[in-house]
Amino acid sequence: MKVLKASAMNRCIGCLSCMITCAAVNQQNHSILKSAIHIKTSGGLSGKFIAIVCQACKDDVPCAEVCPTGALVKREGGGVLLDKEKCVGCQCCVAACTVDAITFDHVALLPIVCKHCGVCARFCPHKCLQLTEEVQ
Amino acid sequence: MLYENAIKVLYIDLATGKIEIRRRTDLAGYLGGVGIASKLLDESMHPELPPLAPEQPLVLAIGAIAGIYPLITKTVAMFISPLTGELGESYAGGRLALTLSMAGYDAVVIHGKAPRPSYIAIDGDNIEIKDARAIWGMDSDVVGQFLRDQEKGSGKRSILRIGPAGENLVKFASVCVDTYRHFGRLGLGAVMGSKQVKAIIITGDKATEIKDFKEYFRVYQTIFRSVTATDLMTKYHDLGTSINVEAINALGAFPTNNLTANHFDDADQISGEAFAKNNLVRKMACTGCPVGCIHIGQFRREFDTGYEYESVSVGYDYELIYSLGSLLGINKTDEILHLIEAVEKTGMDAISAGVALAWATESLMKGLVTEAQTLLSLAFGDSEKYYQAIMYLANRENAFYQVLGEGTRFAGAKYNGKDFALQVAGNEIPGYHTGYGNLVGLTVGARHSHLCNGGYAIDQSITAFDENKAVDTLFNEELERCLVNSLVICLFARKVYNRETVLKALNAVNYNLTDADLTAIAKRIYTTKLRIKEKLGFDPRNVKLPKRFFETASIHGKLDPSVTERMIKLYVEKCSTLLAEEI
Repeated sequence: MKVLKASAMNRCIGCLSCMITCAAVNQQNHSILKSAIHIKTSGGLSGKFIAIVCQACKDDVPCAEVCPTGALVKREGGGVLLDKEKCVGCQCCVAACTVDAITFDHVALLPIVCKHCGVCARFCPHKCLQLTEEVQ
Repeated sequence: MLYENAIKVLYIDLATGKIEIRRRTDLAGYLGGVGIASKLLDESMHPELPPLAPEQPLVLAIGAIAGIYPLITKTVAMFISPLTGELGESYAGGRLALTLSMAGYDAVVIHGKAPRPSYIAIDGDNIEIKDARAIWGMDSDVVGQFLRDQEKGSGKRSILRIGPAGENLVKFASVCVDTYRHFGRLGLGAVMGSKQVKAIIITGDKATEIKDFKEYFRVYQTIFRSVTATDLMTKYHDLGTSINVEAINALGAFPTNNLTANHFDDADQISGEAFAKNNLVRKMACTGCPVGCIHIGQFRREFDTGYEYESVSVGYDYELIYSLGSLLGINKTDEILHLIEAVEKTGMDAISAGVALAWATESLMKGLVTEAQTLLSLAFGDSEKYYQAIMYLANRENAFYQVLGEGTRFAGAKYNGKDFALQVAGNEIPGYHTGYGNLVGLTVGARHSHLCNGGYAIDQSITAFDENKAVDTLFNEELERCLVNSLVICLFARKVYNRETVLKALNAVNYNLTDADLTAIAKRIYTTKLRIKEKLGFDPRNVKLPKRFFETASIHGKLDPSVTERMIKLYVEKCSTLLAEEI
């Protein structure tokens, strides 16, 4: 199973095409706030760009561990998959993620979780993001 | 807004603090961007009052499909220009278009004058006018740092701010948008300064569901591929616009030493390649643009003895290399970046500032003004003097800099140096002395910019010159750009967004418009702009073009004033025909 890696963020130009396409494809929404990947700057635009996105935790998966209903299921290769039916919107996962990669959709009452589909990498014009095969 | 029939306009009255949000269904025929901004300017301006009167409006508007397709990244500002006294229109990229759409507004109209220095915080429907007394007087970059810490919304907000030049009402003061982009031209910074608005910060969390995902994403992908998988946009990303330095210089169209020459012998030392080799440290993009044309150059500065250094990073482009480089005879990339930093901090338009200083230099050389007035022995090639002069200009240090801060046309008239004051209708010229297309294009263009109608490109593409054909091309291009700017597409992508693509992009998100509709929209917008100019007393036939344009050869040789006069008349006739049309 492939996982997303933001391995070359030094190349980032801050166009946010990753966020626009993630929100469009995965949430059918025009707002970048619905994206599961977030590009941020530190100290304004003169700072470096960083990608806030699921790190594809493998053995210990904090967000899945704290989920009280089993809505977040460990994904082969790393990361989690969201079972919307089981989610009660408690936001425990949002707090559990050390890198703040999970945001909460206050309209849908569901967490926005990266499923490592790779749309963002496909539309990254500068090869910052890669969908790579996780070596066992 | 997208998928709605109404244009959502936020009205802010600074004098009373009154906020009003109106859904305007009557503006649909103007689509968005420059269309709705023109209409809003027309209905709220006061032609009988001076440009900086408190009653005059400041209008910001985004396009109909802002932020949802690649390179539809810009915001238009419209106002009465304090520099030219007529139509003010300026464009900026960065994050502004996206943040305005996330705040939920197609347009913002700001009236009145705040009773004390203020900044405006727009967070969706929550609008506050806050105390800016402590940040008044700050440089543009510092005020950005301050507001970033003060306000929420990191990563999804936009910050507009002015520097001291805007506060001091320098008539070509600019507005910095998100550190590296600007509303540069025609003095929006002075408009904000006159209203005592130091900054505007915009954020919001509006989300919009995609109605027809399949169709929308199909069109998105086609456009994305055409800008990333072809070489259509390569030059803008690779070396950036500075690639033009050597090309324009080789053509003999590169204004040098206040256009006493059309060729800069040291152009290779300030070329795109030279900047890339010496200074380029980073490339960036406006939100939603996979091209990334913003080029950041860095240089090291010793600010004190004892090995005290700092690194300074600023954005550079062709126009700045011309205005703060060749036009001032500067042949070192570090020195040009140093001057760019000065106009950045003080908040002035780089083209206008460079042209004003080039004029001051020649005036000093000719003895029209004295060193007691300029306070500096300004000389082409001496960047240290120019750095200091930029500070004097922004602070309006003495009577001379007071006059120069009114613009090059004003200074030229005052000190008997109008023959070599490089301005057209009051706006300082961009860096293309290409020929009749450029000169006439600047004169008749709605905002006297090379981007109104691309006259400089006409001059570069034709071999046999034909007055009538050139006028037709200028007119048609100006008209078509009214449409492109109603979506506020980055003009670098004008070849990508042809009529067919524009229609597909609009249709995919439920704008059921036809080609004929788009033509009508373009005409409606251009007509509105021409009427505004008329009301403000502008007639291109009255523009006095400085002699220098006819003395220094262009790429089509020395220009003949009788030809430009005929072309301007022809153009005015075409405008009259348009104005008489029922649209």
